[in-house]
Amino acid sequence: MAPRFVQISTGALICSFVLLPLWAVWGQADGPTSLGPADWSALRFTILQAALSALLSTLSAVPLARALARAQFWGRAALIRLMGAPFILPVIVAILGLIAVFGQNGWLNTGLRSLGFDGFSIYGLQGVLLAHVFFNLPLATRMILLGWATIPQERLRLGQSLDLRGFARFRLIEFPMLMTVLPSAAAVIFVICLSSFTVALALGGGPKSTTLELAIYQAFRFDFDFAKAALLGLVQLGLSASAAVFALGFVWGHQLGIGLDRPIALGRHSTLQKYLDGVVIGVALLFLGLPLLLVLGNGLASVTSLSVAVWMAALRSVLIALGATALCMLLSLSLLNRSGEAIATLGITVSPLVLGTGLFLIARPYVNPFEISLWVTLCVNAVMSLPFAVRILRPEMSQVDANFRWLSASLGLSRLGWLRWVVWPRLRRPLGFAAGLTAALSMGDLGVIALFGDAERATLPLKLYQLMGSYRMEQAAGCASLLLILSFGFFWIFDFLGRRNA
Amino acid sequence: MLDLQNLRIRQGSFQLTASLRGLDAKIYAIMGPSGAGKSTFLAALAGFLPVSSGTVLWNGQNITGLRPAERPMAMLFQDNNLFPHLSAERNVALALTQRRYLSSIQQEQVKAALSRVGLSGFEAHKPGELSGGQQGRVALARVLLQDKPILLLDEPFTALGPALKNEMLDLLQTLAQERQATVLMVTHDPNDALRIADETLLLSDQVLSPPQPTQQVMASPPKALAAYLGLE
Amino acid sequence: MKYFTFATGLFTASMTLAQTPILTIYAPDYFASEWGPGPAIEAAFEESCSCDLQFKTGDVLSRIILEGERTEADAVIGLNTDITKKARETGLFASHGQDNAQLTLPIEWSDEIFLPFNYGHTAFIYNTEKVANPPASFEALVNSSTDLSLVIQDPRSSISGLALVLWVKAVYGEQAEAVWQKLAPKILTVTKGWSESYGLFSDGEADMVLSYTTSPAYHIVAENDLTKKAAIFPEGHYFMVELAAKIASTNVPDLADAFLAFIMTDQFQNIIPEGNWSLPAALPKSQWPQAFQDLPLPEKVLFYSEEEAANLRKETIEEWRRALSK
Repeated sequence: MAPRFVQISTGALICSFVLLPLWAVWGQADGPTSLGPADWSALRFTILQAALSALLSTLSAVPLARALARAQFWGRAALIRLMGAPFILPVIVAILGLIAVFGQNGWLNTGLRSLGFDGFSIYGLQGVLLAHVFFNLPLATRMILLGWATIPQERLRLGQSLDLRGFARFRLIEFPMLMTVLPSAAAVIFVICLSSFTVALALGGGPKSTTLELAIYQAFRFDFDFAKAALLGLVQLGLSASAAVFALGFVWGHQLGIGLDRPIALGRHSTLQKYLDGVVIGVALLFLGLPLLLVLGNGLASVTSLSVAVWMAALRSVLIALGATALCMLLSLSLLNRSGEAIATLGITVSPLVLGTGLFLIARPYVNPFEISLWVTLCVNAVMSLPFAVRILRPEMSQVDANFRWLSASLGLSRLGWLRWVVWPRLRRPLGFAAGLTAALSMGDLGVIALFGDAERATLPLKLYQLMGSYRMEQAAGCASLLLILSFGFFWIFDFLGRRNA
Repeated sequence: MLDLQNLRIRQGSFQLTASLRGLDAKIYAIMGPSGAGKSTFLAALAGFLPVSSGTVLWNGQNITGLRPAERPMAMLFQDNNLFPHLSAERNVALALTQRRYLSSIQQEQVKAALSRVGLSGFEAHKPGELSGGQQGRVALARVLLQDKPILLLDEPFTALGPALKNEMLDLLQTLAQERQATVLMVTHDPNDALRIADETLLLSDQVLSPPQPTQQVMASPPKALAAYLGLE
Repeated sequence: MKYFTFATGLFTASMTLAQTPILTIYAPDYFASEWGPGPAIEAAFEESCSCDLQFKTGDVLSRIILEGERTEADAVIGLNTDITKKARETGLFASHGQDNAQLTLPIEWSDEIFLPFNYGHTAFIYNTEKVANPPASFEALVNSSTDLSLVIQDPRSSISGLALVLWVKAVYGEQAEAVWQKLAPKILTVTKGWSESYGLFSDGEADMVLSYTTSPAYHIVAENDLTKKAAIFPEGHYFMVELAAKIASTNVPDLADAFLAFIMTDQFQNIIPEGNWSLPAALPKSQWPQAFQDLPLPEKVLFYSEEEAANLRKETIEEWRRALSK
């Protein structure tokens, strides 16, 4: 563990990084403000869609996790690993893919219409939920899978020897495990969906589907109403913080990451069940994979024709991702205890727009804010990924500590010795996973740049929007594919580096 | 010479008192009913747990407040004695240095230690590639290199079968005698004590009683020990 | 002696080089991108000014407001009337000094600070291959069957979206909210900005998209595609004009003035149609490219002054939101 001094100062740093900008935005306000009917409507909708998303994601994850837990097939490990994919996908790319599959002109509707049915519209609450489930189903599934892995062998064998089947097996073995994992999984997804922005924008279908984040964006960009933006930011912070506290209270279920190797022996299950399992996995694969493949397919051809400016933007995004990852890893290593995790969770409770704007306001008297936009993006990206990094690293760190603290003490290992001989080798795998996650999330993040980007300092997601804004749809598709490839590339490389020789 | 003066250890509702004088250059076994606190006592002696009151003296010097690595003690735990991701050579070398680089002298020392425990040629193996007995030997080799006058062992060979365990105990005895080390070994098996321990201490009813020759103790055990051994 | 002249020559040469003045102009993203009018304008202006014109892109008004007097901008280009009131209130702009009588806008322009350089009208664009019978008037659009799907922009995050609600207000006045209620079922989705909407339309997701009367020109000229057309309504279309202005605190006022004067020249105005896909503000129709001359344009033009637009804004947006939230 990092020395107390480092832990406290890191914690204080994160807290001030998150809270000072809120205060700065508030300070910019030029008059009292209150929430109008539009804002209350936004608040209601935000809570509604986040709650429904959490519910749907976790419930649909249950049969999928069960199927994956007990199935045995070639490529199982790779598939589970790939399940992390939608989570790290740039949001706008995923939305393009979902529209390609589920939109008015998409595969599903064209198919339905050719069969004589009416199509269905993806735009509206249903679209927002669909996108959220797309992003969070894999996350929920992973958490439940890890829950499966923690059921003691003895209990499973007991179930087998009692020949428990069907509902009895569910009630006695699966249900108790689910009760420990689902609440925190749902709470995590709830918090993530609270700050949803791009999804609500693209698929919301209209003002009915305004989220708090969107309201904040509008307050900033169009009304220049800083007071309202700050107030909304505060409301959002309050909401997320309460949900996050709830999630932490259940100790988040279990780890977020690695090590999902062997199938679980649940006893006999009939061929019908095996078949149903296969169907469940197949449908999930289709749902998660098809949009990705379409985006890739649509744009791959155009990648080579992208202009220099786009490649420069890609380079910038890559550099920012690397920087954000390094910063995030450094910070998370100092926050690996209970209070540290609580502080780290601030990262997903705060609105990135409020954060970015507040930072600009703080910096304004000293430097032209736009000069530092890329640095601000880097820092905000690092803080946004902090909760996940800490969540991934903490269990491993506790294990290392529990197992080897005394041995290290009796050998008189210095801090450096401890880090080099014990921590680094043991933490390489989760660090690789966490780094991959952070880098991928940073690549695809539009966040702060949405307010303060300029073309000279564009990042790749911003370039994507600019292309779309100049009628250049094919190039935009190429850009989306590039973004996809880079995000995945990062994730895979870091994860691989961590796993190799570990 | 190890002295414990009115040592009192408290852990929650558990407590333990010990006053011993003149422990020196012998192998002492510590026995007692389970839950009596044998492991806790050893951990406190080694410096991993704090003592509530009293002093620990080594050759007249007060070592009560020192950190584990600063004490003249080396310890073997029940498990996690080796770093599973490091080779045998690296594990043993940690007794000498924390640097990456081993001088040729240090390399020779490591080789010698491993060979002393009968494992020459195994330098590059990781613990996962070694048997239980071999892992125990690597740990012993490191303890050798640590070269401390006091050796604390907390049931270190429990997981091994009888023949292997006896082999390890014999090796331990040989090494301890070579170095004139003071050995304190917690064990739950009276045969272990009979095999290599010169004297035995009994920990029961929250008191650590003074050491007595092992044969004597086993021949006519006090009430608590008798109950534990099932001799009543 | 030779050495001295040589050195002086070198010295003066480097002085001039170091002293090429820089004219910094804030512009929207699309303007200065490689496909916008920016590069051509920059090349043309630099020929005559012996200066270095630099466009800085991003959200123009937000930047100016956030930067305040520290702004490095000497001029801005790309503001729009529906938000100029806010811009004017910052007090950061100076008079443009150009002759408004030279403008060829369909309305009277008398503002001394903001200078129009191009304009367009809001209109719904449709694909002739998909929509055989487009609505012939706004009334027809409002009363059309729900088979017709529209995609529009959010007035709270998009200039064109704002123009749309003002357009409805200008045509229907008190009835605006009722009209929105009738339109609501036809609206497929509301996007954050014009680009997303147009993207959805191009992908075939919706039948009609709110865009500009000049959008079809892009397809005709760049893609040789005649299938996209604007639906022209007799009730009139909302007029949108883009403006440039000089920053009062500029350190190169002469250059800024020169640029504003340049805007009024034919050289600049000729770049606009195929550079920005909109109508030039100071060029008579006879000089437009053929494709633009042939474009169907509305007879009637509706427009709110900056003051009116600012006052109506909150109310019209709220009416829109209420109607669409049912």
